[in-house]
Amino acid sequence: MAKFNLDVTKDHCPMTFVRTKIQLSKLAPGDVLDVLVTEGEPLENIPRSSTEQGFKVLSITETEQKGIHLISIQK
Amino acid sequence: MSDTKKLSIIGFSGDFDKLTAVFTLATGAAAIGYEVNIFFTFWGLDAIKVKQGRSPVGKGFLPKVFGLFMGGLKSAPVSRLNFLGLSPKIFRYLMRKNNVATLEELVEAAKELGINIYACEMAMHILGIQKSDLIHEVKDVLGVPTFLQLSEGGQTLFI
Repeated sequence: MAKFNLDVTKDHCPMTFVRTKIQLSKLAPGDVLDVLVTEGEPLENIPRSSTEQGFKVLSITETEQKGIHLISIQK
Repeated sequence: MSDTKKLSIIGFSGDFDKLTAVFTLATGAAAIGYEVNIFFTFWGLDAIKVKQGRSPVGKGFLPKVFGLFMGGLKSAPVSRLNFLGLSPKIFRYLMRKNNVATLEELVEAAKELGINIYACEMAMHILGIQKSDLIHEVKDVLGVPTFLQLSEGGQTLFI
C-alpha cells in the first residue's frame, strides 16, 4: 500500500475532481491518495463522488491553513 | 434502462467558448462517474482534428479551403466579440492566470478519462474529412440512429 499526494487548492471546477479521479485511476487497489482541497464545491463533491465510485474516504481533516482540508481516499 | 448515469453531448460548434463548455461538462461528468459520449458534427469536428492549427485538411479543393479557414482547435474563435482572433488569446491568458483549465488541458483530461468521442459520418462526408484526419481517440464514425441508441436513457445536450 503506497501513499500519494495531490494538491487541488489552486484548481477550479471541473479540474478539482477531474485531477483527483485521474490520479485515483492510476493507483493500485489499497493505495491511499491524500488530496488537499479548499472549502466549498471540492470539499463537498470529492468525498461524495469518490464514495459513489467505490473508493473509501478514510478521513477529512482541516489543516492548519484556514479553509484548506485534507481528504484521505483509499482505492 | 441501466443504472449508469450517462451524458451525451452533440458537439456542433467549433467556437472556443462553446467547445470549452463541451469539454468542461464532459470531463466534470466523467470524473464523477458518468458515461460520457460526445458526438462531434459540422464545425465541432474542428476540435478533434489531428492538425490543430490552420491547415488544408479535407479531400478536394472546397473542403481544403473550408479546412484552412476553419482552422482547428488552436485557432477556434469565440462566439461573441472575437476581435479577429484576439479574444481567444485573451481568454487563454485569463484562464491560465486564474488557474482555470484551458481548452487544451480539458481535451487532454477528456482523453485520460476515457470519454467516448464519436464523429458524424454525414458531416465528415460533406467536409471531405477522413477518419485518419481525426485524433485516434475517436472511437467510431456514426450516424444519427447509432448516436440516439448510445444516448438512450441518459441526458443529451446540443452545444
